[in-house]
Amino acid sequence: MSLDRIRNFSIIAHIDHGKSTLADRIIEVTGTLTSREMREQVLDTMELERERGITIKAQAVRVFWRGCQLNLIDTPGHVDFTYEVSRALQACEGAVLLVDAAQGIQAQTLANAYLAIENDLEIVPVVNKIDLPQADPEGVAAELAALVGVDPADVLAISAKTGDGVAAVLDAIVERVPPPAGDPAAPARALVFDSTYDQYRGVIAFVRAVDGSFRPGERLRTMATGTAFEAEELGVFSPERTPTRDLTAGEVGYVVTGLKDVARLRVGDTLTSEARPAAEPVPGYRDVKPMVFAGLFPSDSDAYPELRDALAKLKLNDASLVYEPETSQALGFGFRCGFLGLLHLDIVRERLEREFDLDLIVTAPTVAYRVLTLGGNELEVHNPSEMPPDRLEAQEPYIRASIISPKEYVGTVMELNQDRRGEFHHMEYLTEQRVLLVYDVPLAEVVFDYYDQLKGRTRGYATFDYDVIGFRPGELVRLDILLAGEPVDALSLIVHRERAYARGKTLVERLRAEIPRQMFDVPVQAAIGSRVIARETIKARRKDVLSKCYGGDVTRKRKLLEKQKEGKKRMRQLGSVEVPQEAFLAVLNLDDERRT
Amino acid sequence: MTAVSHLYVHVPFCAHRCGYCDFVTVSGRRGQHEAYVDALLAELELERSRLAAALDTVYLGGGTPTFAEPRPLERLLRSLPPAAEVTVEANPETVTPALVALLRRVGVTRVSLGAQSFEPRLLAVLERRAGADDVRRAFARLRDGGFDNVSLDLLYGIPGQSAADLERDLGCALALAPEHVSCYELEAKPGTRFTHAHGAELARQADSTEGYFELVVETLTAAGYRWYETSSFCLDGRRSRHNLATWLGRDYLGLGVGAVSTVAGLRWRNRPGLAAYLRSLDAGRLPPRELEPISQVTRRVERLMLGLRLDEPLRLADVEGAYDAGALARLERLGLLERLGDRVRLTARGRFLGGGATVELLAEMPANELVVSG
Repeated sequence: MSLDRIRNFSIIAHIDHGKSTLADRIIEVTGTLTSREMREQVLDTMELERERGITIKAQAVRVFWRGCQLNLIDTPGHVDFTYEVSRALQACEGAVLLVDAAQGIQAQTLANAYLAIENDLEIVPVVNKIDLPQADPEGVAAELAALVGVDPADVLAISAKTGDGVAAVLDAIVERVPPPAGDPAAPARALVFDSTYDQYRGVIAFVRAVDGSFRPGERLRTMATGTAFEAEELGVFSPERTPTRDLTAGEVGYVVTGLKDVARLRVGDTLTSEARPAAEPVPGYRDVKPMVFAGLFPSDSDAYPELRDALAKLKLNDASLVYEPETSQALGFGFRCGFLGLLHLDIVRERLEREFDLDLIVTAPTVAYRVLTLGGNELEVHNPSEMPPDRLEAQEPYIRASIISPKEYVGTVMELNQDRRGEFHHMEYLTEQRVLLVYDVPLAEVVFDYYDQLKGRTRGYATFDYDVIGFRPGELVRLDILLAGEPVDALSLIVHRERAYARGKTLVERLRAEIPRQMFDVPVQAAIGSRVIARETIKARRKDVLSKCYGGDVTRKRKLLEKQKEGKKRMRQLGSVEVPQEAFLAVLNLDDERRT
Repeated sequence: MTAVSHLYVHVPFCAHRCGYCDFVTVSGRRGQHEAYVDALLAELELERSRLAAALDTVYLGGGTPTFAEPRPLERLLRSLPPAAEVTVEANPETVTPALVALLRRVGVTRVSLGAQSFEPRLLAVLERRAGADDVRRAFARLRDGGFDNVSLDLLYGIPGQSAADLERDLGCALALAPEHVSCYELEAKPGTRFTHAHGAELARQADSTEGYFELVVETLTAAGYRWYETSSFCLDGRRSRHNLATWLGRDYLGLGVGAVSTVAGLRWRNRPGLAAYLRSLDAGRLPPRELEPISQVTRRVERLMLGLRLDEPLRLADVEGAYDAGALARLERLGLLERLGDRVRLTARGRFLGGGATVELLAEMPANELVVSG
């Protein structure tokens, strides 16, 4: 198809503003699927995505409207996947910016709108959910017009739920979004904006052809990572994968690569033909590095092989998940895993538990620290137990947090950020009612329950988005927890020096409450290096007997002891101290800790 | 097969079933006492070949054996094989001069008196019929009748029992100078009326009563009693030979409803139903039973569990394979267990933690090992 009949676009929106519903409606209105074929939210294919109402993997679908081919690229909607969003946006010429008529612009709207503007996309502003009783379409349209710099009259008002106005959105896409600007005669180039793994066909790349054309059977190569493979099949999404004879400049589709490792085909990389390679890749490729780390251990140590296999399977479909084996004295064999962010961690944990039926212990999330050792070496630390006690400098990652909040909560949002060592950057009134606050905050302070706190303190009204802005030196210390004099590796934390005392006190208090009394006194200590900063004692039991035991109940008493013996298997033996798994869970559940 | 020299006879009848009791008991049924004795003697005949000619111990437990009508009770006791120690359990209110005379007449050597407490408020909680005066009177009658081996049962941890209450109970018991004291912590056994009524309260007072066991042991040992088993104390070597046989892992035969026997690698328990028991034996058949094979391994596990309850050291060779050597060393290091050559025993502190120490000491073994017959 000639380029001027193609339109590539995304829908960008804050969570729950109706992105998936609009995508469903577009598929329906254009007759791509009959209503019988429609499932709610066709594009969210993972069970977890449907449940959480979020998109984890980018998806695409091709529809036809008024003689034009429209390629809708659905983007992940969460901050953890910003890079993936930016690649998906790069594959488009336009974006529908969708805002809930009752809620107005939110932090994610803003972040994604800026991302689209940076990518030179034509923005089609749309106010959704105008059928809601509390909707304020005019007010929100004015906000939106101001944000993207258009006339309020150009803002469309729709209800994706009822379908009202959806045709007008499609018209606007055809009329306002420019056709792709590729060169069909140039050497072939395609941008990989996502990939998936098919157990029979290997890695399937989701691509936007930029120049030239691709054919099945051709030898292809990725320009950044240099992976070569044969295009076993090409095709488009309608919305199921449908093979085609070629994929030409401007089109969006997929390439079956036959590769067995998703890591060899990174999002953002450029595909070209080996026979006639392009000179320059599509700009913007970046190797995404995980920022949040946590140890994952099977509750039942026998399940280690299952965890290993499950992670390998997840990794096939998630190139940003990294992991390596980790051995903890306390928790046994497991894996130290790196994630893009907290949501990513949550998703991986939930998928492991749900799809692979694993029972996991997840250690407190930590961020990636940069350490300059006494010997002058630079070190990246992903695990508190690896933090060298003496060092020249430690740096921690900072984020720039954008928070949009109703003005009455500005004070409480500021207080939260100050509590979390945030540095005020700036603040602006978006409207008379709503304020944008920008803070630079250590990521380590955000990975605990920052988001929950923000929501809680603003009654759910504030929204939050962030960018990682780099590393800054910090007064960081490693806080160790000792049980009966022995450090428990899984409970070590890296904290800011000012926080160490309070955190140590909370941890030892909680451990004293959670660990059952033993046959001897067990001191529980929090220490920085050799200096103990908090201490509690679990007093020894004074009595533990089966009081009466006569000839008639020997069997029953024996079974009772055998049951207790069996119960001990679920305990972790730390030196001479037995710690039930629940104690670890309670201690590691740092969500609660801030509240105590 | 060596002949069994320990015999237990269960008499289930009680005037009233106390709320905390989970023994096999029936209240009233005076009309059935003769028939029950007939059945017991029939069961004895069916099992007699297992018994030695002269027994070491006979133990008549319940229920309340002394609640039985005097005629059938006397007939039963006269028909049992002679033994060096013959114990009868008695509730204080049943100890009349006539009963004492009867027990003497038939060769009973030892009486175990269920006092439980001397405090009226606590006796009411326990639904016991005897008061403190009944206990003292019963005791005096037994002494008058010539009994020089009397045991007193006490309970501690009764809902509402303060440390001072317990001290008073112990003082009252010591004032009587019994040869033997059994002191049990009150357990809220699942399914009993008592647990229903007092379970929550028992759980609540668990912390405040934690030191009661220590108080019991300290008080009784200070008065010259030997703490020879977790819950048992005696003067002058007057241990309960019958219970000691169980704790030393010897075979025993049990007769009566709900009675348990362990003989030559097999344990069986007569089913608790009285009617079926009477019917079977009336027809000359063994009563309905549950069988449990006791493998060599299980026997050693039990030997370990029971042996650690005693102050008498346990030969390690007797529990080979049932204990974990690493745990043994660990308990020794913690001062909970001591080695005496090829024997071990729990230290005083270890005995207070005897349950946990036993669990610790038990070797890991596949669960199915424990039920395979040896």
